[in-house]
Amino acid sequence: MVLQGQEVRLADTITVNGTAYPIPDDPRVSLLDFLRQHIGLTGTKKGCDHGQCGACTVLVNGVRINSCLTLATMHDGDDVTTIEGLGTPEEPSALQRAFVEHDGYQCGYCTPGQICSATAMLEEIAAGWPSDASETLNGKVRLSSEEIRERMSGNLCRCGAYANIVAAIEDVAAGDRS
Amino acid sequence: MRPFQYTRAPSLAEASNLTAGENTLAIAGGTNLLDLMKLQVETPGQLADINRLGYADIEDTDDGGLRLGALATNTETAVHPRVRSDYPVLSRAILAGATQQLRNKATNGGNLCQRTRCFYFTNIDQPCNKREPGSGCGAIDGIAKLHAILGTSDQCIATYPGDMAVALSALGATVEISGDKGERSVPVRDFHCLPGDTPWIENILERGEIITGIVLPAPVGGTQIYRKVRERSSYAFALVSVAAIIELTDGKFSRADLAFGGLAHKPWHDPRVGECLLGQVPSDALFDKAADILLEDARGFGENDFKIPLTRRTLHAVLSQATEDAA
Repeated sequence: MVLQGQEVRLADTITVNGTAYPIPDDPRVSLLDFLRQHIGLTGTKKGCDHGQCGACTVLVNGVRINSCLTLATMHDGDDVTTIEGLGTPEEPSALQRAFVEHDGYQCGYCTPGQICSATAMLEEIAAGWPSDASETLNGKVRLSSEEIRERMSGNLCRCGAYANIVAAIEDVAAGDRS
Repeated sequence: MRPFQYTRAPSLAEASNLTAGENTLAIAGGTNLLDLMKLQVETPGQLADINRLGYADIEDTDDGGLRLGALATNTETAVHPRVRSDYPVLSRAILAGATQQLRNKATNGGNLCQRTRCFYFTNIDQPCNKREPGSGCGAIDGIAKLHAILGTSDQCIATYPGDMAVALSALGATVEISGDKGERSVPVRDFHCLPGDTPWIENILERGEIITGIVLPAPVGGTQIYRKVRERSSYAFALVSVAAIIELTDGKFSRADLAFGGLAHKPWHDPRVGECLLGQVPSDALFDKAADILLEDARGFGENDFKIPLTRRTLHAVLSQATEDAA
Protein backbone atom coordinates (compact mmCIF):
# COMPACT_ATOMS: atom_id res chain seq x y z
CA MET A 1 0.00 0.00 0.00
CA VAL A 2 1.42 3.37 -0.96
CA LEU A 3 0.93 6.25 1.41
CA GLN A 4 1.96 9.81 0.57
CA GLY A 5 4.59 8.52 -1.81
CA GLN A 6 6.20 6.23 0.74
CA GLU A 7 6.43 2.55 -0.08
CA VAL A 8 6.18 0.71 3.20
CA ARG A 9 5.58 -2.83 2.04
CA LEU A 10 8.27 -5.41 2.65
CA ALA A 11 7.27 -7.32 -0.47
CA ASP A 12 4.35 -7.57 -2.87
CA THR A 13 3.89 -11.22 -2.12
CA ILE A 14 3.03 -13.74 0.55
CA THR A 15 5.01 -16.95 0.50
CA VAL A 16 2.92 -20.05 1.12
CA ASN A 17 4.61 -23.43 1.43
CA GLY A 18 7.62 -22.05 -0.42
CA THR A 19 5.77 -20.41 -3.32
CA ALA A 20 5.28 -16.63 -3.58
CA TYR A 21 1.79 -15.34 -4.39
CA PRO A 22 0.65 -11.75 -5.05
CA ILE A 23 -1.20 -9.90 -2.27
CA PRO A 24 -4.95 -9.62 -2.99
CA ASP A 25 -6.31 -6.18 -3.92
CA ASP A 26 -9.29 -6.22 -1.56
CA PRO A 27 -8.03 -5.54 1.98
CA ARG A 28 -11.03 -7.40 3.43
CA VAL A 29 -9.65 -10.77 2.34
CA SER A 30 -8.66 -12.76 5.41
CA LEU A 31 -5.55 -14.89 5.24
CA LEU A 32 -7.90 -17.88 5.45
CA ASP A 33 -9.99 -16.83 2.44
CA PHE A 34 -6.79 -15.98 0.56
CA LEU A 35 -5.47 -19.50 1.11
CA ARG A 36 -8.71 -21.27 0.22
CA GLN A 37 -10.23 -19.09 -2.48
CA HIS A 38 -7.38 -17.15 -4.05
CA ILE A 39 -4.66 -19.79 -4.27
CA GLY A 40 -6.74 -22.97 -3.97
CA LEU A 41 -5.16 -24.42 -0.84
CA THR A 42 -8.36 -25.81 0.68
CA GLY A 43 -6.67 -27.95 3.31
CA THR A 44 -7.03 -25.07 5.78
CA LYS A 45 -10.65 -25.07 6.96
CA LYS A 46 -13.18 -22.40 7.84
CA GLY A 47 -15.10 -23.38 10.96
CA CYS A 48 -16.41 -20.44 12.97
CA ASP A 49 -14.52 -17.63 11.18
CA HIS A 50 -14.23 -15.92 14.59
CA GLY A 51 -11.08 -17.39 16.14
CA GLN A 52 -12.97 -19.74 18.40
CA CYS A 53 -12.58 -23.16 16.76
CA GLY A 54 -9.01 -23.29 15.44
CA ALA A 55 -9.89 -25.10 12.18
CA CYS A 56 -8.09 -22.31 10.28
CA THR A 57 -4.81 -22.61 12.21
CA VAL A 58 -1.71 -22.10 10.06
CA LEU A 59 1.91 -21.26 10.80
CA VAL A 60 3.08 -17.73 9.94
CA ASN A 61 6.85 -17.42 10.18
CA GLY A 62 6.71 -20.62 12.24
CA VAL A 63 4.12 -19.30 14.73
CA ARG A 64 0.58 -20.72 14.89
CA ILE A 65 -2.25 -18.25 14.44
CA ASN A 66 -5.93 -18.20 13.45
CA SER A 67 -5.85 -17.35 9.73
CA CYS A 68 -9.49 -16.15 9.92
CA LEU A 69 -8.58 -13.26 12.22
CA THR A 70 -5.89 -11.65 10.14
CA LEU A 71 -5.91 -9.86 6.79
CA ALA A 72 -3.90 -11.28 3.91
CA THR A 73 -2.78 -7.76 3.04
CA MET A 74 -1.01 -7.50 6.42
CA HIS A 75 1.25 -10.45 5.56
CA ASP A 76 3.45 -9.12 2.78
CA GLY A 77 6.83 -10.79 3.02
CA ASP A 78 5.61 -13.40 5.49
CA ASP A 79 6.17 -17.12 5.21
CA VAL A 80 3.01 -19.18 5.67
CA THR A 81 2.91 -22.95 6.16
CA THR A 82 -0.40 -24.79 5.76
CA ILE A 83 -1.30 -28.43 6.20
CA GLU A 84 -0.30 -28.98 2.55
CA GLY A 85 3.19 -27.75 3.41
CA LEU A 86 3.71 -30.08 6.35
CA GLY A 87 3.66 -33.31 4.37
CA THR A 88 2.09 -35.19 1.49
CA PRO A 89 0.06 -38.41 1.29
CA GLU A 90 3.27 -40.09 0.16
CA GLU A 91 5.47 -38.46 2.75
CA PRO A 92 3.33 -37.41 5.72
CA SER A 93 4.83 -35.58 8.68
CA ALA A 94 5.21 -37.48 11.94
CA LEU A 95 2.04 -35.86 13.31
CA GLN A 96 0.07 -36.52 10.13
CA ARG A 97 1.08 -40.18 10.34
CA ALA A 98 0.26 -40.34 14.07
CA PHE A 99 -3.23 -38.85 13.56
CA VAL A 100 -3.94 -41.58 10.98
CA GLU A 101 -2.51 -44.33 13.20
CA HIS A 102 -4.44 -43.19 16.28
CA ASP A 103 -7.64 -42.36 14.41
CA GLY A 104 -7.36 -38.79 15.73
CA TYR A 105 -10.53 -37.61 13.98
CA GLN A 106 -13.97 -38.65 12.91
CA CYS A 107 -15.23 -36.30 10.19
CA GLY A 108 -11.75 -34.85 9.71
CA TYR A 109 -12.80 -31.22 9.29
CA CYS A 110 -10.80 -29.92 12.26
CA THR A 111 -7.80 -32.16 11.53
CA PRO A 112 -5.66 -29.78 9.42
CA GLY A 113 -5.98 -27.14 12.13
CA GLN A 114 -5.28 -29.70 14.85
CA ILE A 115 -2.12 -30.88 13.08
CA CYS A 116 -0.81 -27.39 12.30
CA SER A 117 -1.50 -26.41 15.90
CA ALA A 118 0.18 -29.53 17.33
CA THR A 119 3.19 -29.04 15.05
CA ALA A 120 3.77 -25.58 16.53
CA MET A 121 2.92 -26.79 20.02
CA LEU A 122 5.79 -29.28 20.01
CA GLU A 123 8.15 -26.46 18.99
CA GLU A 124 6.81 -24.28 21.82
CA ILE A 125 7.45 -27.06 24.31
CA ALA A 126 10.95 -27.59 22.93
CA ALA A 127 11.54 -23.86 23.46
CA GLY A 128 10.45 -24.25 27.11
CA TRP A 129 7.37 -22.04 26.87
CA PRO A 130 5.08 -22.57 29.87
CA SER A 131 1.30 -22.90 29.68
CA ASP A 132 -1.56 -22.26 32.09
CA ALA A 133 -1.31 -25.94 33.04
CA SER A 134 2.41 -25.80 33.87
CA GLU A 135 3.32 -26.15 37.54
CA THR A 136 6.21 -23.74 37.21
CA LEU A 137 6.93 -20.98 34.73
CA ASN A 138 10.59 -21.88 34.48
CA GLY A 139 12.22 -25.17 33.78
CA LYS A 140 11.53 -28.06 31.46
CA VAL A 141 7.91 -28.69 30.51
CA ARG A 142 6.64 -32.11 31.57
CA LEU A 143 4.36 -33.14 28.72
CA SER A 144 1.29 -34.50 30.48
CA SER A 145 -2.16 -35.03 29.03
CA GLU A 146 -3.21 -31.88 30.93
CA GLU A 147 -0.47 -29.88 29.22
CA ILE A 148 -1.52 -31.10 25.78
CA ARG A 149 -5.19 -30.40 26.44
CA GLU A 150 -4.48 -26.88 27.69
CA ARG A 151 -2.10 -26.10 24.84
CA MET A 152 -4.56 -27.45 22.26
CA SER A 153 -7.62 -25.70 23.73
CA GLY A 154 -7.78 -23.39 20.73
CA ASN A 155 -8.70 -26.33 18.49
CA LEU A 156 -12.18 -27.72 18.88
CA CYS A 157 -13.32 -31.13 17.58
CA ARG A 158 -17.10 -31.36 17.37
CA CYS A 159 -16.83 -35.13 16.83
CA GLY A 160 -15.07 -35.36 20.17
CA ALA A 161 -12.00 -37.27 19.01
CA TYR A 162 -9.95 -35.60 21.72
CA ALA A 163 -8.70 -38.81 23.37
CA ASN A 164 -7.16 -40.01 20.12
CA ILE A 165 -5.84 -36.56 19.24
CA VAL A 166 -4.02 -36.44 22.58
CA ALA A 167 -2.71 -39.97 22.00
CA ALA A 168 -1.37 -39.04 18.56
CA ILE A 169 0.41 -35.98 19.94
CA GLU A 170 1.81 -37.92 22.92
CA ASP A 171 3.12 -40.53 20.50
CA VAL A 172 5.04 -37.97 18.43
CA ALA A 173 6.24 -36.11 21.52
CA ALA A 174 7.61 -39.37 22.93
CA GLY A 175 9.45 -39.94 19.63
CA ASP A 176 10.90 -36.44 19.85
CA ARG A 177 12.21 -37.19 23.32
CA SER A 178 13.82 -40.49 22.40
CA MET B 1 -17.27 -7.07 6.59
CA ARG B 2 -17.99 -3.54 5.34
CA PRO B 3 -15.50 -2.17 2.79
CA PHE B 4 -12.68 -0.10 4.25
CA GLN B 5 -9.47 1.49 3.11
CA TYR B 6 -6.31 -0.14 4.36
CA THR B 7 -3.24 1.98 4.98
CA ARG B 8 0.12 0.90 6.26
CA ALA B 9 1.26 3.65 8.60
CA PRO B 10 4.89 4.46 7.72
CA SER B 11 5.64 6.18 11.03
CA LEU B 12 4.17 6.73 14.47
CA ALA B 13 3.45 10.36 13.58
CA GLU B 14 1.54 9.29 10.49
CA ALA B 15 -0.34 6.66 12.51
CA SER B 16 -1.40 9.47 14.86
CA ASN B 17 -2.46 11.66 11.94
CA LEU B 18 -4.48 8.87 10.41
CA THR B 19 -6.23 7.80 13.59
CA ALA B 20 -6.91 11.42 14.58
CA GLY B 21 -9.41 11.45 11.74
CA GLU B 22 -12.95 10.29 12.26
CA ASN B 23 -13.69 6.66 11.41
CA THR B 24 -10.07 5.47 11.23
CA LEU B 25 -8.93 2.77 13.63
CA ALA B 26 -5.44 1.49 14.28
CA ILE B 27 -4.97 -2.24 13.75
CA ALA B 28 -2.22 -4.28 15.40
CA GLY B 29 -2.85 -7.99 16.04
CA GLY B 30 -6.44 -7.53 14.93
CA THR B 31 -7.82 -10.57 16.76
CA ASN B 32 -10.54 -8.53 18.48
CA LEU B 33 -11.00 -5.74 15.93
CA LEU B 34 -11.44 -7.99 12.86
CA ASP B 35 -13.84 -10.18 14.78
CA LEU B 36 -15.94 -7.10 15.62
CA MET B 37 -15.73 -5.89 12.01
CA LYS B 38 -17.12 -9.20 10.78
CA LEU B 39 -20.01 -8.72 13.22
CA GLN B 40 -20.37 -5.10 12.00
CA VAL B 41 -20.00 -3.92 15.58
CA GLU B 42 -17.02 -1.95 14.28
CA THR B 43 -17.38 -0.37 10.84
CA PRO B 44 -14.27 1.79 10.31
CA GLY B 45 -13.84 3.51 6.96
CA GLN B 46 -10.10 3.07 7.23
CA LEU B 47 -7.64 0.83 9.06
CA ALA B 48 -4.20 2.16 9.86
CA ASP B 49 -1.86 -0.83 10.17
CA ILE B 50 0.69 -0.04 12.89
CA ASN B 51 2.31 -3.49 13.00
CA ARG B 52 5.64 -2.54 11.50
CA LEU B 53 6.36 0.63 13.43
CA GLY B 54 8.70 -1.07 15.92
CA TYR B 55 7.71 -0.78 19.60
CA ALA B 56 7.90 -4.56 19.82
CA ASP B 57 10.92 -4.90 22.12
CA ILE B 58 10.90 -5.97 25.73
CA GLU B 59 13.75 -4.18 27.45
CA ASP B 60 15.11 -3.32 30.89
CA THR B 61 14.46 0.19 32.17
CA ASP B 62 17.12 2.23 33.96
CA ASP B 63 15.51 1.75 37.37
CA GLY B 64 15.39 -2.04 37.15
CA GLY B 65 11.91 -2.30 35.70
CA LEU B 66 10.85 -3.62 32.33
CA ARG B 67 9.32 -1.92 29.30
CA LEU B 68 6.96 -4.08 27.26
CA GLY B 69 6.62 -2.84 23.70
CA ALA B 70 3.02 -2.19 22.75
CA LEU B 71 3.50 -4.32 19.65
CA ALA B 72 5.18 -7.23 21.43
CA THR B 73 2.76 -10.13 21.37
CA ASN B 74 1.08 -11.52 24.45
CA THR B 75 3.09 -14.72 23.94
CA GLU B 76 6.42 -12.91 23.65
CA THR B 77 5.58 -11.14 26.89
CA ALA B 78 4.38 -14.19 28.83
CA VAL B 79 7.45 -16.28 27.94
CA HIS B 80 10.03 -13.51 28.35
CA PRO B 81 12.63 -14.69 30.92
CA ARG B 82 12.35 -11.57 33.06
CA VAL B 83 8.55 -11.59 33.03
CA ARG B 84 8.57 -15.23 34.10
CA SER B 85 11.12 -14.60 36.87
CA ASP B 86 10.28 -11.13 38.16
CA TYR B 87 6.61 -10.64 37.23
CA PRO B 88 5.13 -14.17 37.31
CA VAL B 89 1.64 -12.80 38.00
CA LEU B 90 1.78 -11.24 34.53
CA SER B 91 2.93 -14.44 32.79
CA ARG B 92 0.20 -16.35 34.61
CA ALA B 93 -2.50 -13.83 33.74
CA ILE B 94 -1.60 -13.82 30.04
CA LEU B 95 -1.37 -17.61 29.89
CA ALA B 96 -4.80 -17.87 31.55
CA GLY B 97 -6.40 -15.93 28.70
CA ALA B 98 -7.50 -16.89 25.19
CA THR B 99 -5.62 -19.61 23.28
CA GLN B 100 -2.04 -20.00 22.10
CA GLN B 101 -3.06 -19.02 18.55
CA LEU B 102 -4.69 -15.79 19.76
CA ARG B 103 -1.90 -14.91 22.22
CA ASN B 104 0.61 -15.37 19.39
CA LYS B 105 -1.12 -12.63 17.37
CA ALA B 106 -2.57 -10.35 20.05
CA THR B 107 -0.36 -7.44 21.10
CA ASN B 108 0.07 -5.85 24.50
CA GLY B 109 -1.36 -2.51 23.37
CA GLY B 110 -4.30 -4.15 21.66
CA ASN B 111 -4.98 -6.32 24.68
CA LEU B 112 -5.47 -3.19 26.81
CA CYS B 113 -7.92 -1.82 24.22
CA GLN B 114 -9.98 -4.99 23.72
CA ARG B 115 -13.73 -4.53 23.88
CA THR B 116 -16.19 -6.16 26.23
CA ARG B 117 -17.63 -9.57 25.34
CA CYS B 118 -21.12 -8.50 26.48
CA PHE B 119 -23.59 -10.42 24.30
CA TYR B 120 -25.65 -7.28 23.72
CA PHE B 121 -22.61 -5.31 22.59
CA THR B 122 -21.51 -7.92 20.04
CA ASN B 123 -25.01 -8.51 18.60
CA ILE B 124 -26.09 -5.55 16.45
CA ASP B 125 -29.74 -6.62 16.66
CA GLN B 126 -29.75 -5.93 20.40
CA PRO B 127 -29.88 -2.64 22.30
CA CYS B 128 -26.54 -1.46 23.69
CA ASN B 129 -25.67 1.99 24.99
CA LYS B 130 -22.00 1.28 24.39
CA ARG B 131 -22.40 0.40 20.72
CA GLU B 132 -25.36 2.64 19.98
CA PRO B 133 -25.75 5.39 22.60
CA GLY B 134 -29.33 5.84 23.76
CA SER B 135 -30.53 2.43 22.54
CA GLY B 136 -30.70 1.03 26.09
CA CYS B 137 -28.94 -1.78 27.93
CA GLY B 138 -30.19 -5.29 27.23
CA ALA B 139 -28.04 -6.86 29.91
CA ILE B 140 -29.47 -5.08 32.97
CA ASP B 141 -32.64 -7.17 32.84
CA GLY B 142 -31.25 -9.83 30.54
CA ILE B 143 -28.41 -12.31 30.13
CA ALA B 144 -25.91 -11.00 32.63
CA LYS B 145 -23.88 -13.93 33.89
CA LEU B 146 -20.56 -12.38 32.82
CA HIS B 147 -21.50 -8.89 33.88
CA ALA B 148 -20.24 -6.42 36.43
CA ILE B 149 -21.09 -6.15 40.11
CA LEU B 150 -18.95 -3.09 40.88
CA GLY B 151 -18.85 0.38 39.32
CA THR B 152 -21.90 -0.20 37.11
CA SER B 153 -24.28 2.49 35.88
CA ASP B 154 -27.88 2.47 34.70
CA GLN B 155 -26.43 2.76 31.19
CA CYS B 156 -24.06 -0.24 31.15
CA ILE B 157 -23.05 -3.24 33.24
CA ALA B 158 -20.43 -4.68 30.87
CA THR B 159 -17.09 -5.97 32.12
CA TYR B 160 -13.61 -5.39 30.83
CA PRO B 161 -12.82 -8.94 29.72
CA GLY B 162 -9.02 -9.14 29.85
CA ASP B 163 -6.61 -10.89 32.20
CA MET B 164 -3.31 -9.16 31.38
CA ALA B 165 -4.47 -5.73 32.54
CA VAL B 166 -5.60 -7.15 35.89
CA ALA B 167 -2.03 -8.28 36.59
CA LEU B 168 -0.69 -4.96 35.30
CA SER B 169 -3.00 -3.15 37.71
CA ALA B 170 -1.74 -5.17 40.66
CA LEU B 171 1.85 -4.55 39.55
CA GLY B 172 1.27 -0.78 39.30
CA ALA B 173 2.34 -0.63 35.64
CA THR B 174 2.21 2.49 33.49
CA VAL B 175 0.94 2.90 29.91
CA GLU B 176 3.08 4.97 27.54
CA ILE B 177 1.05 6.88 24.98
CA SER B 178 2.07 8.95 21.99
CA GLY B 179 -0.13 11.39 20.09
CA ASP B 180 -0.17 14.58 18.08
CA LYS B 181 0.02 16.60 21.31
CA GLY B 182 3.09 14.71 22.52
CA GLU B 183 3.73 11.83 24.84
CA ARG B 184 2.19 10.99 28.19
CA SER B 185 2.28 8.18 30.74
CA VAL B 186 -0.84 6.97 32.52
CA PRO B 187 -1.04 4.38 35.31
CA VAL B 188 -2.83 1.23 34.13
CA ARG B 189 -5.16 1.74 37.10
CA ASP B 190 -6.33 5.01 35.51
CA PHE B 191 -6.31 3.82 31.89
CA HIS B 192 -9.76 2.20 31.73
CA CYS B 193 -12.96 4.08 32.60
CA LEU B 194 -16.17 3.21 34.42
CA PRO B 195 -19.26 3.35 32.18
CA GLY B 196 -21.13 6.21 33.90
CA ASP B 197 -23.22 8.10 31.36
CA THR B 198 -20.68 7.50 28.59
CA PRO B 199 -20.28 3.72 28.30
CA TRP B 200 -18.83 4.07 24.80
CA ILE B 201 -15.73 5.65 26.34
CA GLU B 202 -13.74 2.67 27.60
CA ASN B 203 -10.32 4.18 28.20
CA ILE B 204 -8.54 7.52 28.31
CA LEU B 205 -6.99 7.25 24.83
CA GLU B 206 -7.93 10.23 22.72
CA ARG B 207 -8.32 10.17 18.99
CA GLY B 208 -4.89 10.07 17.38
CA GLU B 209 -3.20 8.60 20.44
CA ILE B 210 -1.35 5.30 20.14
CA ILE B 211 -0.04 3.11 22.96
CA THR B 212 3.70 2.60 22.51
CA GLY B 213 4.61 0.64 25.63
CA ILE B 214 3.79 -0.59 29.10
CA VAL B 215 6.33 -0.01 31.86
CA LEU B 216 6.60 -2.35 34.82
CA PRO B 217 8.20 -0.91 37.97
CA ALA B 218 11.27 -2.60 39.46
CA PRO B 219 10.28 -6.02 40.82
CA VAL B 220 9.27 -6.38 44.46
CA GLY B 221 9.51 -9.37 46.79
CA GLY B 222 6.75 -11.66 47.90
CA THR B 223 4.41 -14.16 46.36
CA GLN B 224 2.60 -13.47 43.11
CA ILE B 225 -0.65 -15.25 42.29
CA TYR B 226 -3.16 -15.02 39.45
CA ARG B 227 -6.30 -16.96 40.25
CA LYS B 228 -8.95 -17.11 37.53
CA VAL B 229 -12.36 -18.67 38.07
CA ARG B 230 -14.24 -19.52 34.87
CA GLU B 231 -16.89 -21.85 33.54
CA ARG B 232 -14.39 -24.20 31.87
CA SER B 233 -10.73 -24.66 32.59
CA SER B 234 -9.38 -23.18 29.35
CA TYR B 235 -10.33 -20.56 26.78
CA ALA B 236 -13.05 -18.82 28.78
CA PHE B 237 -13.38 -15.34 30.19
CA ALA B 238 -13.09 -14.79 33.92
CA LEU B 239 -16.17 -14.82 36.09
CA VAL B 240 -13.83 -13.54 38.78
CA SER B 241 -10.07 -13.23 38.76
CA VAL B 242 -7.61 -12.04 41.38
CA ALA B 243 -4.06 -10.81 40.79
CA ALA B 244 -2.13 -10.64 44.03
CA ILE B 245 1.35 -9.64 45.11
CA ILE B 246 1.62 -10.56 48.77
CA GLU B 247 4.53 -10.31 51.17
CA LEU B 248 4.65 -11.21 54.85
CA THR B 249 7.24 -9.86 57.28
CA ASP B 250 7.41 -11.32 60.80
CA GLY B 251 4.10 -13.08 60.16
CA LYS B 252 2.25 -9.90 59.18
CA PHE B 253 1.23 -8.55 55.78
CA SER B 254 3.87 -6.09 54.59
CA ARG B 255 2.62 -5.95 51.00
CA ALA B 256 -0.82 -6.64 49.59
CA ASP B 257 -1.26 -5.36 46.04
CA LEU B 258 -4.54 -6.72 44.71
CA ALA B 259 -6.53 -6.27 41.51
CA PHE B 260 -9.66 -8.03 40.30
CA GLY B 261 -10.97 -9.06 36.90
CA GLY B 262 -14.50 -9.92 35.78
CA LEU B 263 -16.09 -7.55 38.30
CA ALA B 264 -16.26 -4.21 36.53
CA HIS B 265 -15.85 -2.14 33.39
CA LYS B 266 -12.15 -1.92 34.27
CA PRO B 267 -9.61 -4.01 36.19
CA TRP B 268 -10.77 -3.30 39.73
CA HIS B 269 -8.24 -1.87 42.16
CA ASP B 270 -9.51 -0.64 45.52
CA PRO B 271 -6.51 0.51 47.60
CA ARG B 272 -8.51 0.08 50.83
CA VAL B 273 -8.54 -3.70 50.38
CA GLY B 274 -4.77 -4.05 50.53
CA GLU B 275 -4.42 -1.35 53.18
CA CYS B 276 -6.72 -3.19 55.59
CA LEU B 277 -4.36 -6.18 55.44
CA LEU B 278 -1.09 -4.34 56.04
CA GLY B 279 0.48 -4.91 59.45
CA GLN B 280 -2.10 -7.56 60.29
CA VAL B 281 -1.65 -11.26 61.04
CA PRO B 282 -3.44 -13.41 58.43
CA SER B 283 -6.74 -14.87 59.64
CA ASP B 284 -10.10 -15.85 58.24
CA ALA B 285 -11.66 -12.86 60.00
CA LEU B 286 -9.15 -10.52 58.37
CA PHE B 287 -9.78 -11.99 54.91
CA ASP B 288 -13.52 -11.53 55.47
CA LYS B 289 -12.93 -7.92 56.41
CA ALA B 290 -10.96 -7.38 53.17
CA ALA B 291 -13.82 -8.95 51.20
CA ASP B 292 -16.36 -6.78 53.06
CA ILE B 293 -14.49 -3.65 52.01
CA LEU B 294 -14.10 -4.85 48.40
CA LEU B 295 -17.77 -5.78 48.07
CA GLU B 296 -19.26 -2.94 50.10
CA ASP B 297 -21.02 -1.45 47.07
CA ALA B 298 -21.39 -4.67 45.04
CA ARG B 299 -24.71 -5.15 43.28
CA GLY B 300 -25.88 -8.16 41.28
CA PHE B 301 -28.24 -8.17 38.32
CA GLY B 302 -29.90 -11.53 38.79
CA GLU B 303 -27.85 -13.93 36.70
CA ASN B 304 -24.58 -12.61 38.11
CA ASP B 305 -25.61 -12.45 41.79
CA PHE B 306 -23.34 -15.44 42.36
CA LYS B 307 -20.31 -13.29 41.65
CA ILE B 308 -20.59 -11.59 45.04
CA PRO B 309 -20.03 -14.74 47.14
CA LEU B 310 -17.68 -16.12 44.46
CA THR B 311 -15.48 -13.03 44.71
CA ARG B 312 -15.42 -13.30 48.50
CA ARG B 313 -14.37 -16.95 48.35
CA THR B 314 -11.80 -16.41 45.59
CA LEU B 315 -10.17 -13.57 47.51
CA HIS B 316 -10.18 -15.77 50.61
CA ALA B 317 -8.54 -18.62 48.68
CA VAL B 318 -5.86 -16.37 47.20
CA LEU B 319 -4.98 -14.79 50.54
CA SER B 320 -4.86 -18.22 52.20
CA GLN B 321 -2.62 -19.59 49.46
CA ALA B 322 -0.34 -16.54 49.54
CA THR B 323 -0.06 -16.82 53.31
CA GLU B 324 0.89 -20.49 53.08
CA ASP B 325 3.38 -19.82 50.27
CA ALA B 326 4.97 -17.02 52.27
CA ALA B 327 5.18 -19.03 55.49
